[in-house]
Amino acid sequence: MSAAPPDAASDGPVTGAGDPPPAGPPPIEVRGLVKRYGELTAVGGVDLTVRTGDVYGYLGPNGAGKTTSLRMMLGLIRPTAGTVRLFGRDPMESVRALEGVAGFVEAPTFYPYLNARRNLEMLAAYDGGGANERIDQALETVELTGRQRDRVGGFSHGMRQRLGIAAALLRDPKLLLLDEPATGLDPAGMRDMRLLIHRLAGQGMTVLLSSHLLGEIEDVCNRVAIVRSGKIVYEGDIAALKRGAGTRYWLSTTDDDRALSVCRAQPGIDDVRVESGRISFTADESAVGGLSQALVESGALIHAMAPQTVTLEDLFFSYTEGDGPIEAGGAGSAGPAPPGQPASAAR
Amino acid sequence: MPGVGTVYRWELFKLRHQKRTYIGLGAAIIVPVLFVLAIHLRHHHDRGGFAFADYLDRSGLAVPLVILLFGAVWMFPLITALVAGDIFASEDHNGTLKTIFTRSLERWQLFAGKALAATTYAVTAIFLCGTVGVVAGSLQSGFNSLQSLSGTIVSAPKGLELVYVSLLIYLIPIAAIVCIGLLLSSLTRNSAAAVVGTLMVSLLIQLIGVLPGLGSLQPYLLSTQFNAWQGLLRTPIDWSPIIQAAWVCALYGIPAIGGAFLIFVRRDVAGG
Repeated sequence: MSAAPPDAASDGPVTGAGDPPPAGPPPIEVRGLVKRYGELTAVGGVDLTVRTGDVYGYLGPNGAGKTTSLRMMLGLIRPTAGTVRLFGRDPMESVRALEGVAGFVEAPTFYPYLNARRNLEMLAAYDGGGANERIDQALETVELTGRQRDRVGGFSHGMRQRLGIAAALLRDPKLLLLDEPATGLDPAGMRDMRLLIHRLAGQGMTVLLSSHLLGEIEDVCNRVAIVRSGKIVYEGDIAALKRGAGTRYWLSTTDDDRALSVCRAQPGIDDVRVESGRISFTADESAVGGLSQALVESGALIHAMAPQTVTLEDLFFSYTEGDGPIEAGGAGSAGPAPPGQPASAAR
Repeated sequence: MPGVGTVYRWELFKLRHQKRTYIGLGAAIIVPVLFVLAIHLRHHHDRGGFAFADYLDRSGLAVPLVILLFGAVWMFPLITALVAGDIFASEDHNGTLKTIFTRSLERWQLFAGKALAATTYAVTAIFLCGTVGVVAGSLQSGFNSLQSLSGTIVSAPKGLELVYVSLLIYLIPIAAIVCIGLLLSSLTRNSAAAVVGTLMVSLLIQLIGVLPGLGSLQPYLLSTQFNAWQGLLRTPIDWSPIIQAAWVCALYGIPAIGGAFLIFVRRDVAGG
């Protein structure tokens, strides 16, 4: 794919163009979304809000209901209950609700007997509004210009994914919904896909990215919803999610018994434990400085003291396999956070 | 703004790039040619025992009319079903419904464009077959006058006109077959099942027509309506079978296409 500009290729989540979000309905507003197939509840009451400029990660294990939710958001499946609004419009009422919206669910699909350009020309004709004039640019963006005359039937999975992005870009979207865009790609393809999403988000596009690839979400998203068995168990900022998990430190000294007493007596140092022969505690940064000084004064010299950072992966597993949010280095300690609230609010 | 016309044009474009299109149209060309070849090679000029059999050697215009008679059994229903049975099901097979449903066209527009394209294909196949029959028959037996079913002689130009109007009348039951094909395509979401199913429905209706004791159903069977064009070949023209074909075929076609429409516009696209 085209080389991304330096700012777009930088590490860390993208937060949109940085402009204040315009007034008006949010790009995606989902309330009480339910889909049942007979006895099976595929989606069991999802609430989420994607704000303008968000790069929003929709995280969950396979079978959690992510794709079904996305299909309902795109108007492909009728919800059993609940509402979806895209910029305030209901996609089940009219396809006009998809104006300014593009994306794909699962693997993007095309007519295998037509070449890439013909496929895009057809979709552009179905879009109208000058979409045909964006074909060259879209092909260039996903680096398929040289293969545009090849039949899609001969394309690799990665090329189809890229063509799916090109097809989405024809609509000049303000909101892009991508379902597992990096699944099945080789490492280079995954990197290129991340860079592309970075770049699109950097241009001000709101993106909803469904994935079970945690690194992908952590790398590009600023907000996240974690879905488990068809229900949202967390929705909010990734940073808040991590902050809410607290910061736990571990400590090793020349005299751990004395250090343990000092820690327990030190203001701002909480939940002091001995784990695996090491002292651990939670604290904020200002209290850690005071503890260092107190330890030195007590004669327990510090060998090592380091924060145990919690990863999105830790949090994901605690939400999807455990009982809910965890502390850094600790086990799950509380029930799931209510949708729309960061983990800290639920604890 | 995109609309039904946009879908229609692209459906025709897609048909031009699919092998099954050429299988059906190829059959529509080859069958009359083979039929004329068989006339040319036969040793005994027996009476055929069917309408226009005696005229096969005297006028090429008899060839398309005889093909219309025999094509109703399975050839034209099969050619029609090849596209009508596939046009929705192939979207399921390719997983492309989700691709086209998330563009700027309403589902009814997609349905209408596809139904029109399937009908256009059937019309093309019938007229192609008829035209090849006229040309090949005329090369074999000459472009000569034709005896109508009432025994009057019809000039060659008038006969040609009647052949093409007969083809038009033949499209009435063909349209009903298109509707059944669209219904099965939408319902089964499987091309093979829809194509075979459409043909089976056509054959079963014919079977009902030959079962003893069910003769009273004959006027209401779809298979009977394939003979409505013969009313044109009488002097004066007998419009009653044509009018009967129009409403009987509507009874088959309208519920079928209505069902296909409802399934298509209301369906969940959960796979692909």
